[in-house]
Amino acid sequence: MNQANKNNLNNLNKFTSCHNDTSTLNSATQSRHLKRVVLVGMPNTGKSTFFNRLTGAAAAVGNWPGMTVSFLQAQVKIGGKLTELVDLPGIYDFNGFSDDEKVARKFIAKYPLDLVIVILNASQIDRQIALPLQIKALGLPAVVILNMADEAEQYGVKIDTDELAQRLDMPTVLISAKYGKGYGRVYREISSALGQQSQTIQESPTCLNNCAEITPQQIESVLSGVVTMPDRIGVNLTTRLDRILLDPVWGLPLFFLGMYLVFSLIWNIGLPAQGLVGDLTAWMQTSLIEPILSPFPEIIQNFLIDGIWNGLATVTGFVPLIVLFFILMAILEDSGYLSRSAYLMDALMGRIGLDGRSFVMQMMGFGCNVPALMGTRVMRSQALRLLTMLTIPFSLCSARLQVFVFIIAAVFPNRNGAIVLFSLYLLSFVAAIATAAIFQGVFKNDEPFVLELPPYRFPTWKQVIIRGWGEVKHFLTRATGFITFGCIAAWGVTNLPLNATGLDTIGGQIGQFLTPIMSPLGIDPYLTLALIFGFVAKEIVVGSLAVIYGLNAIAVSGHISDTVTFAQGYSFCIFCLLYTPCLTTVATLLNESKSWQFTLFSLAFSLTLAWVASFCFYQTVLLFGFQ
Amino acid sequence: MTLAELESGKLAVVKHLKLNHQEKELGKRLLAIGITPDKQIQVIRKASFGGPLHIRLGSTTEIAIRRQEAKMVQVHCLNSL
Ligand SMILES: Nc1nc2c(ncn2[C@@H]2O[C@H](COP(=O)(O)OP(=O)(O)O)[C@@H](O)[C@H]2O)c(=O)[nH]1
Repeated sequence: MNQANKNNLNNLNKFTSCHNDTSTLNSATQSRHLKRVVLVGMPNTGKSTFFNRLTGAAAAVGNWPGMTVSFLQAQVKIGGKLTELVDLPGIYDFNGFSDDEKVARKFIAKYPLDLVIVILNASQIDRQIALPLQIKALGLPAVVILNMADEAEQYGVKIDTDELAQRLDMPTVLISAKYGKGYGRVYREISSALGQQSQTIQESPTCLNNCAEITPQQIESVLSGVVTMPDRIGVNLTTRLDRILLDPVWGLPLFFLGMYLVFSLIWNIGLPAQGLVGDLTAWMQTSLIEPILSPFPEIIQNFLIDGIWNGLATVTGFVPLIVLFFILMAILEDSGYLSRSAYLMDALMGRIGLDGRSFVMQMMGFGCNVPALMGTRVMRSQALRLLTMLTIPFSLCSARLQVFVFIIAAVFPNRNGAIVLFSLYLLSFVAAIATAAIFQGVFKNDEPFVLELPPYRFPTWKQVIIRGWGEVKHFLTRATGFITFGCIAAWGVTNLPLNATGLDTIGGQIGQFLTPIMSPLGIDPYLTLALIFGFVAKEIVVGSLAVIYGLNAIAVSGHISDTVTFAQGYSFCIFCLLYTPCLTTVATLLNESKSWQFTLFSLAFSLTLAWVASFCFYQTVLLFGFQ
Repeated sequence: MTLAELESGKLAVVKHLKLNHQEKELGKRLLAIGITPDKQIQVIRKASFGGPLHIRLGSTTEIAIRRQEAKMVQVHCLNSL
């Protein structure tokens, strides 16, 4: 059995490298040589886990004419035929009203398809069975996957899969997508279902107008005698952990303590690692790059070393930090604790016009603001979505983390760095909360709050490594793309016109021009210039500092600690945390809100808030006579 | 009685949802998440400061729901234990 699974897995992996970019995916779709399989299921049933297994994570994001959002999709060979797999967003109900549900419905109504794969969480089959019944009522050919076999077994849920398949009249397989159990069977069922299915379902317009309401009686008649749910579940890891972590009194303090521990871990491991990479790149510079470049004219050497190499080397120093950060993030996201934090914070969030899910999105924003903004799609009230989107750009994302680690290490040379860093995370919350409190009257929301609390889960090593590697790849793509571009631009403006130095260069002029605005914040012209590059991406801030000063990573840090005081450094951090997010975030904001006014408003508001906050901080500190 | 009034730890069954017209949407959501008639339901704990309720539905589904929404769920307490 195990051997069979493995063979199938190997077979599949061989074919999964054939993924294409989006444009070719689209044209292929239009000519309809491919069979199309769509994946549907409720949120959190393991849809992505299964999709990644089937496609070997070789998926691309595809755009579809007439659809407002894009889907994850990939082409894989199934049963020897190239097949297109589309992952639709998680839905509770085909008749539901959320954006995701409307989108899924519209896709099925509009695009031809050959097979639907419905994924259920086997341990919740008593309620999730409604979804395949709806698919059946729509007359769509489907394969039903009962996922999380492992959890179902632990709970004592018993399912007679063969009998269920007969009653549903659809192939039904019990699997565990996370551990791979039963995967070979699913693969065979899918490929044979595709083989039997000679005709493509062209369109299913009935899906749009109130398809199939499933009654409790229908559910009962399918499940009775086939599925046995446990009467009560005893004490298990989840109930035990919840008793501590969701305690009415200790729940919130534990949450903040946990956060503090996580960020001090990042600080205490990430920082030395950064130093090591710094030493390595400095060594490469003196013993490799400089000798190789020595025959070239000085201007070229200067451009290559001070412009590109220093910038990129400084940014590279953050790779260990990024890996560590996203491993922790993956564990947190997978664990199910995030929904618990929504439960803990909902009372507070409700008071400022948000709900627990907004809080989860802010936490996700600590990784990157972009997916957090897209995650607000689960909200149905537009007001709630907009208000949440207004707060997300204040989440201290991993790119800003790099800037802060760099600056804090330079201007707070004692061991309090972790606390200073944590204070910026708190500030990030406070800014989000204050923003929501100010604007909750503008964006009035009355959306109900109902959220699933999945059992605690721990990612496998494989999942952690895949995630970490994915983020490193993403980071390196950015580094070779616009971070390099940013460093070159920074070199250009700080070295032109030729023969000019320091504040006489274009960059120096820009910095000086802005001095009247920035000097009350304690931010000097050099740092101002770095902030301007930060409009594009926050990673460029650190890279451009190296370029602006024309020094390598370690030397820049030393230079900053000589020229920038505690107060100025912290003021710079406040400004950098709150001012406009990176370009990608702005584009996402526009895309998701579909409103120029809202996007511009968000930008103007964050710039203003950044200035006011830095001003208040710096002037107060000066008032008390600190430097 | 309503779900909001149910004491922590007590077992109950769902009778029906009491919704007015504009709340049809919410009704669908509650049904989809598993709050269906005759389903066994239990309040595990209540968050402080008037926060949401931690509910177990049947035996394997756990959700968080605001007290506001819990008022719409009519339940019948089994009064055992
Ligand atoms: N125990 C167990 N966990 C699983 C299984 N499949 C997925 N998961 C976990 O369930 C969670 C949700 O999975 P994901 O693929 O993100 O679900 P999606 O929201 O439906 O895309 C993740 O923590 C997965 O690691 C499984 O077969 N068994």
